[in-house]
Amino acid sequence: MMTIREYKRAESLEEAWQLNQKKPNRVLGGMIWLKMETINVGTAIDLSGLGLDTIEETEDGFSIGAMVTLRQLEEHPGLAAYTHGAVKEALRHIVGVQLRNLATVGGSIYSRFGFSDVLTLFMAMDCSVELYKGGIVPLRDYAERPYDRDILVRLIVKKEKAEFFYQSVRNSQTDIPVLTCAAARLADGSYRIAIGARPLKALLYAFPAQAGVPAQELARKLADEVTRQVVTGSNMRGSAEYRRHLAGVLTKRAVVELEARAVQEEN
Amino acid sequence: MQITLTLNGIKVTEDVAADMLLIDFVRAHGCKSVKRGCETSNCGLCTVFLDDKPVLSCSVLAARASGHQVTTLEGLQAEAAEFGAFIADQGAEQCGFCNPGFIMNALALFRENPYPSEEEVKEYLSGNLCRCSGYEGQLRGIMNFLAWKKQKEAAE
Repeated sequence: MMTIREYKRAESLEEAWQLNQKKPNRVLGGMIWLKMETINVGTAIDLSGLGLDTIEETEDGFSIGAMVTLRQLEEHPGLAAYTHGAVKEALRHIVGVQLRNLATVGGSIYSRFGFSDVLTLFMAMDCSVELYKGGIVPLRDYAERPYDRDILVRLIVKKEKAEFFYQSVRNSQTDIPVLTCAAARLADGSYRIAIGARPLKALLYAFPAQAGVPAQELARKLADEVTRQVVTGSNMRGSAEYRRHLAGVLTKRAVVELEARAVQEEN
Repeated sequence: MQITLTLNGIKVTEDVAADMLLIDFVRAHGCKSVKRGCETSNCGLCTVFLDDKPVLSCSVLAARASGHQVTTLEGLQAEAAEFGAFIADQGAEQCGFCNPGFIMNALALFRENPYPSEEEVKEYLSGNLCRCSGYEGQLRGIMNFLAWKKQKEAAE
């Protein structure tokens, strides 16, 4: 059970950061997982008054505030168009609309949960996090860092000429995933494949362009490579071996889909 | 700490504990339609509207709702009664415990998307669990309600 001694709606990032330096204090995201911990929080720091709940789109990219909800992400037309619907596909299975109206991008990314669809999704993009004191850090580096007491301010997604595809395997529609896979095919034909819910947190695999290789063969090659490299584990949702097999299957499907889109675009 | 929020159109100011959850606050104010189910943010029984968006009141601090509008089924009686009759016609609710949260989220869906497809209904309501029914009765009730609403609007 969670208890909270004091609640503070921060009036500035500096105030939030200062408060967060004390060990018993915690920053609130959507509070979905935090409230299920057995924890005595000194001061619960609420960032909801700091205007971090908007998605700004420019020609170069997206700036996604830490307090943007998963539902906002899911419904954003610019993100939908840029990712060819991959954002919605990544989020629509997460429990229900009511939960996604609460869960925040900042909470999901800061927590770096192994099962996170959100982390897997953004890992395949050119994405960085902005930390109040720590500056801008590539997401793939941030994912590896230990938890600290900085404040995650926003996500920065740089637009690039790329196509995205997202898949997950779940034992039931709204359950935590058994495995997640986000794929990006860049204009030069190179690939980024993020595999999450291994059940450890998402990892990124990058592959250079392979000119002249037919789509099916390329899909098989990349799938074999991911299957060879990926480190998986077992839990109640699936065995390590099953996950390893799924990683290959989802990679193959992603490459087939993205190669087909590339051909379509050329024509 | 003191909070002020608008509950079903009525301004309420009160001292609350920092860790009081919104579900406990609204129930203490007579909104007993809001049910405590799973407490793991999964079942949808505690659904309320926070500034017109459906949220799980078991996962919101009352303090966080300060300055906002909170609506429970008690505040949506007329809107709910019309739709609820179609659910009752199908015998869709058995124990009835999930029904208030289910109706709240269905109303949220109709506000966002007045004529959803069957697939859209299933997807939007996937965060509302019912341990009795298997959902078929609710789905028939919703589709019948939508057909009736369409006919009614066409006749007007």
